[in-house]
Amino acid sequence: MELAFFIEKFLLVTIVFVISLVIAMYSTLAERKVAGFMQDRFGPDRAGPFGILQPLCDGGKFFFKEEIIPAGAHKSLFILGPTIAIITACIGSAVIPWGQELVIGERVIELQVADINVGVLYMFGVVALSVYGIMLGGWASNNKFSLMGAVRAASQSISYELALGLSLIALLMVTQSLSLKEIVVQQQGFVNWNIWVQPLGFLIFLVCAFAECNRVPFDLPECETELIGGYNVEYSSMKLGLYMFAEYIHMFVSSALMSALYFGGYNFPFMYDLGLSQNWITIIGVLAFFAKIFVFIFFFMWIRWTLPRFRYDQLMNLGWKMLIPLAIANIVLTGIITIIKDTFF
Amino acid sequence: MEPLSNRKKVLEQKPMNFWERIYLPAIFKGLSITIKHFFKRIPTVRYPEVLRPYSKNFRGQHSLKRDEEGRERCTACGLCALSCPAEAITMISAEREKGEEHLYREEKYAAVYEINMLRCIFCGLCEEACPKEAIYLDGPHVTADYLRKDFIYGKDKLVEPRFDYKKEQEPTA
Repeated sequence: MELAFFIEKFLLVTIVFVISLVIAMYSTLAERKVAGFMQDRFGPDRAGPFGILQPLCDGGKFFFKEEIIPAGAHKSLFILGPTIAIITACIGSAVIPWGQELVIGERVIELQVADINVGVLYMFGVVALSVYGIMLGGWASNNKFSLMGAVRAASQSISYELALGLSLIALLMVTQSLSLKEIVVQQQGFVNWNIWVQPLGFLIFLVCAFAECNRVPFDLPECETELIGGYNVEYSSMKLGLYMFAEYIHMFVSSALMSALYFGGYNFPFMYDLGLSQNWITIIGVLAFFAKIFVFIFFFMWIRWTLPRFRYDQLMNLGWKMLIPLAIANIVLTGIITIIKDTFF
Repeated sequence: MEPLSNRKKVLEQKPMNFWERIYLPAIFKGLSITIKHFFKRIPTVRYPEVLRPYSKNFRGQHSLKRDEEGRERCTACGLCALSCPAEAITMISAEREKGEEHLYREEKYAAVYEINMLRCIFCGLCEEACPKEAIYLDGPHVTADYLRKDFIYGKDKLVEPRFDYKKEQEPTA
């Protein structure tokens, strides 16, 4: 472990962290803009040109709001809730390969914070942890509505994690690797993207990702109509802001994960046919990766302003009676196809 | 019991078919509708920067006109006050003194001319009644205010600003 390695990783971590925060910040604006355009209006456009200062104003407002901790609340857990939510949201991005390597002089810099060989499992663990933030916050508020929201969040995330895991198993049967970097490298070019071999798996993964991010149509933990805001009823000031931020960072990380697992990550068509140098390929690759991520983030918002919320029993029916059997069928199908391919071709 | 209008129609509830049950086609339909709206022209008018044009016969705040020499046209005949169905107009007339010919067109003029904007219904009858073409409702919207007394507009707000024709015409001529 040399010093340069530390500096390199430290810089990378900082950049990734800042990028996820900035994207989360501007997702809030983008969400309102998208909502506006889909409803034939402009959305916020008063703060700065096209409203680009809106997130700063919102953040400033959050910081200057009075911070209220309810009298009956469990104080330390009440503070721990949003902390866990934001931390788990942020650490997910550690294993995502943002690009190939940059060559600066002698050094080869990998654009990935940690290439662990169980990257997919790590992601899965982080996603599973993220529900604790919501659960603790909801329970510690000492409020019936928050508790209902927390209970819903917990049961929803348990049900959908199963289908999520099963859809991933089918993918791993194809890729034969748990390392995210390895998976992305395998998808070089355009025809090798995993979406072409695992369309059903991707669909299940997508639906479960929506559920894990607590996004519409699965935003039952925070539904306004029944639970007046759900698990974050009692939260005010920046603690509420952190919950919101966590949701948007989650969205960003899931979008990154989806594009890395199914849409080739930083690979773009004809990347070696254009005669570019390695550094240029890396830079364009990173841009391509972010373009894919933004498409997914837009898709998240697009869905949000299209679909209404599920009823709770519909949510459970969909999770247990539709997605899990479908995911198992997908595994079986993948297995059969793999065997046929191995024996006959 | 006999139904009142025989228009009631009992709809048959059919069980959903396969495509309806998997829900995805409906989602795509919904998504296509929202994306269509995404690219639609937005009817919003960004108000303080962009103003919607008024119609040509819009009736706004009254203005008391001057003639081409800049003299007030009003002769305080009181026909506008008489025609006003809301009784919003009141005036006190005065006689033109020597040396005031450049100020008032007629020998009699309105020393005080007040319109109560809370009473006014912007019907335009004063405009029609005026024999001297002295009052027109061609101003902007009458804005909101805090006190009732501030809605009584006097000559200071109603008489149109002096407009020097000679100066204006010099560059064009």
